[in-house]
Amino acid sequence: MFSSKENVLLLSIRLYRIRNFFISRRFSSQISERSQTSSGPAPCNITADDAVVYVHWPYCKKRCTYCNFNKYISASVDHARMRRCLVQETATLLQQSGVRRVNSVFFGGGTPSLALPHTMAVVLETISQHALLPADAEVTLEANPSSTETDKLREFKTAGINRLSLGIQAFSPPDLHLLGRDHSVEDSLRALQEGRTLFPGRVSIDLIFGRPGQTVEAWRGELQQALSVCDDHVSLYQLTLERGTALFRQVEKKQQTVPDPDTMADLYACARETLQNAGFQQYEVSNFARNGAESSHNLSYWRGKQYIGVGPGAHGRFACKGLGRTDREARIQTLEPQQWMGRVERLGHATAKRTSLSQLDILEEILMLGLRTTEGLANERWVRFSGGTSLHDIFGTSVAAQGFVNAGLLELSHSVLRATHTGLAVLDSIIPDLLLATQDWYRHRCDDGDKTGLHYTSGRAE
Amino acid sequence: MTTLWRSLACPLCQRIRLISHNVGYLAPFASRRHASSKSPENHAGQIDMSQFPVENIRNFSIIAHVDHGKSTLADRLLEITGTISQEASNKQVLDKLQVERERGITVKAQTASMVHQYQGKTYLLNLIDTPGHVDFNYEVSRSLAACQGVLLLVDANQGVQAQTVANFYLAFEAELAIIPVINKIDLKQADVESTEEQMRRLFDFKNEDLFKISAKLGINCEEILDAVIQRIPPPKSDPSKPWKALLFDSTYNHFRGAVTNVAVIDGKVQQGDKISSAHNSKVYEVQELGIMSPDYQSTQELHAGQVGYLIAGMKSIQEARIGDTLHLSSSPVEPLPGFKPAKPMVFGGIFPMEQSEYRDLKVAVDRLTLNDSSVTVAKDSSPALGLGFRLGFLGLLHMEVFNQRLEQEYNATAIVTTPSVPCKARLSSEKLIKQYKTDEITIFSPAEFPEKRDVTEYLEPIVMGTIITPDVHLNKIFSLCEAKRGEQVDFTYIDASRVLLKYKLPLNEIVVDFYDLLKSITSGYASFDYEDHSYEPSDLVKLDVLLNGQVINELSTIVHKDKAYPVGKTLASKLKDVIPRQLYEVVIQAALGNKVIARETIRAYKKNVLAKCYGGDISRKMKLLKRQAEGKKRMKKIGNVDIPKDAFISVLKR
Repeated sequence: MFSSKENVLLLSIRLYRIRNFFISRRFSSQISERSQTSSGPAPCNITADDAVVYVHWPYCKKRCTYCNFNKYISASVDHARMRRCLVQETATLLQQSGVRRVNSVFFGGGTPSLALPHTMAVVLETISQHALLPADAEVTLEANPSSTETDKLREFKTAGINRLSLGIQAFSPPDLHLLGRDHSVEDSLRALQEGRTLFPGRVSIDLIFGRPGQTVEAWRGELQQALSVCDDHVSLYQLTLERGTALFRQVEKKQQTVPDPDTMADLYACARETLQNAGFQQYEVSNFARNGAESSHNLSYWRGKQYIGVGPGAHGRFACKGLGRTDREARIQTLEPQQWMGRVERLGHATAKRTSLSQLDILEEILMLGLRTTEGLANERWVRFSGGTSLHDIFGTSVAAQGFVNAGLLELSHSVLRATHTGLAVLDSIIPDLLLATQDWYRHRCDDGDKTGLHYTSGRAE
Repeated sequence: MTTLWRSLACPLCQRIRLISHNVGYLAPFASRRHASSKSPENHAGQIDMSQFPVENIRNFSIIAHVDHGKSTLADRLLEITGTISQEASNKQVLDKLQVERERGITVKAQTASMVHQYQGKTYLLNLIDTPGHVDFNYEVSRSLAACQGVLLLVDANQGVQAQTVANFYLAFEAELAIIPVINKIDLKQADVESTEEQMRRLFDFKNEDLFKISAKLGINCEEILDAVIQRIPPPKSDPSKPWKALLFDSTYNHFRGAVTNVAVIDGKVQQGDKISSAHNSKVYEVQELGIMSPDYQSTQELHAGQVGYLIAGMKSIQEARIGDTLHLSSSPVEPLPGFKPAKPMVFGGIFPMEQSEYRDLKVAVDRLTLNDSSVTVAKDSSPALGLGFRLGFLGLLHMEVFNQRLEQEYNATAIVTTPSVPCKARLSSEKLIKQYKTDEITIFSPAEFPEKRDVTEYLEPIVMGTIITPDVHLNKIFSLCEAKRGEQVDFTYIDASRVLLKYKLPLNEIVVDFYDLLKSITSGYASFDYEDHSYEPSDLVKLDVLLNGQVINELSTIVHKDKAYPVGKTLASKLKDVIPRQLYEVVIQAALGNKVIARETIRAYKKNVLAKCYGGDISRKMKLLKRQAEGKKRMKKIGNVDIPKDAFISVLKR
């Protein structure tokens, strides 16, 4: 299957991996030492030695009617070239980031299950060359439950994948058709079965609700069916009509109608209740798990960890320590695959945009992301970025925040800021006011700094 | 014909120049056309005004419905007399404001002095251009007070219109000589016969009195000048009496202060004279005077019967009140009758789009009111719209014109709130009578509305409306007027198919959309005009709007009891449409005192969170939420309700 040249490469990568394993042992002990000493009213030192890696596979077989992601329908994908470029960009970005440990990897898309398992393998090997990738690190693959892809699952496992996220979306044949999916309910069931055999306890399913004409009754039935076949992780997404999609146009032309906002709310409530009754814990706005099956990769986003995005259009958040910088940057890689490959071949990576994030930017992000989780935003994490000012200092005095607390939408203690069960469903109406409170605090602090001669000029994380 | 003027023609443009080009001295007034000319005969004579004795003077006005060709006729008369050259660009020469040219209306009265030879004599004809609309009724009546006759101009296509009637009666009551003129006879659709019939029936004109002209093409226009001399009497002025003049208009000049338009009744006035006014005891020294032809031309003096301008160092336009009587400080005179301060009848709030623009708006309003003493200005503030002004206007058109000028001349965009009218209350409460020191108060804003138990009755302003319409639309007009609480007073066929209706209508009912509705139900064929009539007892109530139990002051209105329910319902449902759903339930109520008459509920969001937020979604999501946060900053918080400014604007604005 592989050329002899590639086999040599693979072998050398495996050797690297073994060596790294020993090196990383040493590193990990250092890291834990460090985190112990850096507690207390330390300066705003928010760089870390670790990160998670996202790898984007931009190709799909077919266009789904609701999807506006960065994806390309191509008859002839140059797998070898894509592989070389993914490997190259992974290496470059890891070097730039200077991270020593990669906690998880996520292959998303597009439809990454259309990629060759070998591609995943070499990308993982590359990561291992540049950082510690613990043997038990979560490595997720997004997969379509179509039959051809199901047949490849075993190979993906061999390549290093240990968690599967299946795009089931619906258990209703007409709805699968409406969404433009290329698989049947039977395909889904088979993929689930195969997946659960290969990755027991580590299969997640995606379901879409708020589909045209969907009723709460039908949805409850579908959820029951899902529960009878699913593993320990479920992601629920409300259908959002994105401009430029076929479904958007159909709804605009009144050929389809999506449920009204109240029905949407009922569909969501129904799902939360049904899943909870089945022993699932909601740990984020749209994610549910039981038996400790939470996705550690996704939790990293919501906890404001560094992440490195590889592949066309991938996003990242990390400091270029390898280049001697300590400020966290937002990165976007070149969108279009051909251009992306060209640039990677010329420059080693295809970052299209790098923006340095200010301290306020980071605080706003971790606030927005942290509140999406049921664990909430830990004060400990907040003060690491805020330079010591606690959540309580800022939101305890905000009239709007107090209003949310009094209305039972928000909980604020000295250790955490958290949305309640009700609050989680209306988070987008809560966050803007909290952002304003954060901005007010930040402005005043800068003003005070000016008065006392202190300058937080960059507002940048150090 | 105009030999005298020809001899003084400007060498640059061949137009009549009566005086030297005193560019330096007259800088603010120097004509645009002549600003650069440096004529050698500069310091030579100004025109000697004593050569026009009273009997050789005619002061007249052209009155007409909008678009009936008043300004075009004025242009022709100015051309015929050689006052301006015959240029193709002479369009609405007297209408200097952009809004006037655009709307084809006259806002500020302008004057043009012309010289015309007739039967061997040289006549001074002063055309006093009046504002065409009844909103400017007072200005019109003051302008007419400076005249002895008018040209009543009617478009042969449209026939007599509501404003024609109003204007006719103004002139008729002022006992002016009226010369009826039918215009636009050259147009294909002209129906001269019907127009003649209407003018016979309505105004008792005889066929032989009527002039039929085309001001656009100049047909029969010269005859009009002769008729002015024949049919309009000279002013009843006495050169031997002490100087007395009517101040009939004023404009503000940044450098010179108030520039007044005056009609000299008796005596004469010259530069250096110390003058005063009947309603303002200050003493001013005449700095400059002269005539307009139509640009400012200074002269040595102005004599009995003459019309011109006068600058006397009045610092603000409030000191130069329209209708006031001017006299020499040393010899006071009996004031002319009819002076009254401007009485605003329509009030509207005006607020900047952004509070940061408040200062600019203030400057613009100040500048504009410098030139329009009839606008009253009071500071206003609203929790929703911030700092602004409450302005009083003579009428609806006045308000529109003001706003348009604000935008065009001062580049200020503003939110203009729904107009309201002042009502009155007769008080019964001793306490309130003591407090107000009167038992009848005028209520300008709903906040001042006294409670029912403290009053014997409320009164509201009533206007007399005139509608002229083809009879096919009568039924629809009856329904409209009835819906607007109108009371029919007169119904007259003015020709075979057109009807004149008179209705007593509450001003409050016509300030918002009456005219638009009338136009739309008659496909634009009906014309409407109104004049103030009276204050009459009325069942008025104050309608409050509450959000979650809290009264929103700026949405309170005073309405007739019969209208409270529909108005309240409309307001509540409009608010329901414009206030977005939010975290908390919003109850909208319309209430009369404690009695809720309409209620709408905006239910709280049960869900408002976007499902997906992974690595690639964060930037987009963040941007969206930040934008919402920015939007929230611009919202007004009433209790726990966030109201977008747009929502307020869409409810409050016209």
